[in-house]
Amino acid sequence: MSNFSLEEAALMMVEKPEKGEPLGLFFWICVFWIGLNVFGAIFANLLPLPNPLYENFNAINIGPGLHHIFGTDDLGRDIFSRIVYGSRVSITVGIGAIVIGFGIGAPLGMLAAYRRGRFDAILTTVMYVLLAFPAIIATIAVLSFWTPRSMFKIIVVIGIASIPLVYRVIRTATLSVATKDYVIAAKVQGATDRRILMKELLPNIAPIAVSFFLIGVATVITLEGALAFLGLSVNPPTPSWGNMINEARTVLSQNVWLAFFPSLALCLFLIALNFIGDRIRSHFDVTEVKL
Amino acid sequence: MLRYLTKRLMLLVGIVFVISVGSFYLIHLLPGNPATVILGFGATPEAKAILYKQLGLSKPIYLQYFVWLGNIMRGNLGISFISQTTVASVIRSALPIDAEIIVISQIMAFAAAIPTAMRSARKPDGILDRVLGATSFTLLSIPPYILIVVLVLFISLKLGVSATGPSAYVPFATDWITNLESLSLPAFTLATVSYVIYYRVLRSDLIATLQEEFITMARSKGISQRRIMWRHAFRPSSVALLGAASVNIGSLLAAGFVVQYLLQIPGLGYTLILAINESDFLVVQGIVLTVSVLVVAINFFFDFVINIVDPRISRE
Repeated sequence: MSNFSLEEAALMMVEKPEKGEPLGLFFWICVFWIGLNVFGAIFANLLPLPNPLYENFNAINIGPGLHHIFGTDDLGRDIFSRIVYGSRVSITVGIGAIVIGFGIGAPLGMLAAYRRGRFDAILTTVMYVLLAFPAIIATIAVLSFWTPRSMFKIIVVIGIASIPLVYRVIRTATLSVATKDYVIAAKVQGATDRRILMKELLPNIAPIAVSFFLIGVATVITLEGALAFLGLSVNPPTPSWGNMINEARTVLSQNVWLAFFPSLALCLFLIALNFIGDRIRSHFDVTEVKL
Repeated sequence: MLRYLTKRLMLLVGIVFVISVGSFYLIHLLPGNPATVILGFGATPEAKAILYKQLGLSKPIYLQYFVWLGNIMRGNLGISFISQTTVASVIRSALPIDAEIIVISQIMAFAAAIPTAMRSARKPDGILDRVLGATSFTLLSIPPYILIVVLVLFISLKLGVSATGPSAYVPFATDWITNLESLSLPAFTLATVSYVIYYRVLRSDLIATLQEEFITMARSKGISQRRIMWRHAFRPSSVALLGAASVNIGSLLAAGFVVQYLLQIPGLGYTLILAINESDFLVVQGIVLTVSVLVVAINFFFDFVINIVDPRISRE
């Protein structure tokens, strides 16, 4: 789960996309969907939603209807409201962890590819060793010992686990542009390393970085869901998409909606993220990247 | 070849060392004195003595590592303070179930991915390729823990297929038909997750391989399409497939944890989650160590197989 779509992303970049593929309508639908979800997550308190923790014992396990558009769960809590509030956990963990991964992995990857030499050799070996360590299992292990669990710890653990992957992708992307004529020209003109990294290399690897960032966020959200499913994420009653699905599995035969809506929310969000990431990559036609 | 393998083996040793340090240190992430946390407050002095001996807790931390490592090397992973059995025996009884699920799922995934990828690669952008492409992209975004919930809901609860629901697990030795039935949904879930990756990797690699000159050469000799696919294109492309399988194995194990947990199949995953909930930390540590080392060993094995399939790799 953790690295399959990251690996997939890396492998997808080897595929030859059609040159400069247009973004298309579905791309913008996906962007709108992500925007809507993020908006809901940020402004959940201001929206006219029932309290996601309020237990109404007069309305238990009711199906979708006018009062509760997605119905209520086995404690009479509003499912729609819980999904909107639950998106906060998923989105925060997804973005937070990948920001840590990029914050450390990306500068190291760029520097290693630009400098080469011993620095690159040592760092790359270390990263390969870390990459061989199954990231999910490491995450499960650390989170089960590092108690009490909190969202902050989850973000830190997944973020650190993602550093080697980000490093590898960014290093490979930088390698393919670092030997280009315009970089050599800039060097001949006496540009500083800092200028070359920021003005010549960074803009050219940006599309891959953005694409990988989005697919990375999707992967982390999947992972957070798995952790929540196993009871290793934020503690109930705080809703998250993963722990809603986990709670629903015990009453699966009585209330299907309880599992259906959070699953749908999660899948649609992931499809949209993956699609945007994939489209950005093929739109900017990164054929030269070899991984 | 030999040089390449020696190099890989050295890397393997390095990785196992890192894993062992990581697993060892887990105990020290626990808040407070490890002995108190693991055993609880009402622990007997005997139990404490056993734990101190196992973990070397009275020594400085770097010496504790060697005490712990020495015990591990002798196959002594400690004693579960909940069930009073050795951690090694807990793992020994759980591991075969994971292995069975994964082997079945991989057979299913390869059996489905290889023919469909070949069909797609024969006519890229054809109708079949587009349908499979869209399907695999959607499946890529559906996590295994949602897939298994949907499967359980429809197959075991709605259709009422016997022995597929939660806690239907029966050991293989007792009744192998029921055993296979009870593992069918988990295996199918893992197969789907793997299929998507294998299909996409093999398809794109086959498309690239089919552009090569030796394929044109084979075509000009009038060799049949089927033979070109299987004899000429598949072997070079299978390197990418094996690479994907090797990378996939770690996430497959973790996905297996999730599906076992839902169906209460007593494999490593279910045992692990139970142990976490019961604060049976030595069991957690033992499982983490075993699984990590296994994943690395399997990766190494795949490396070896890839080298046999494509000897050019070791010469680079």
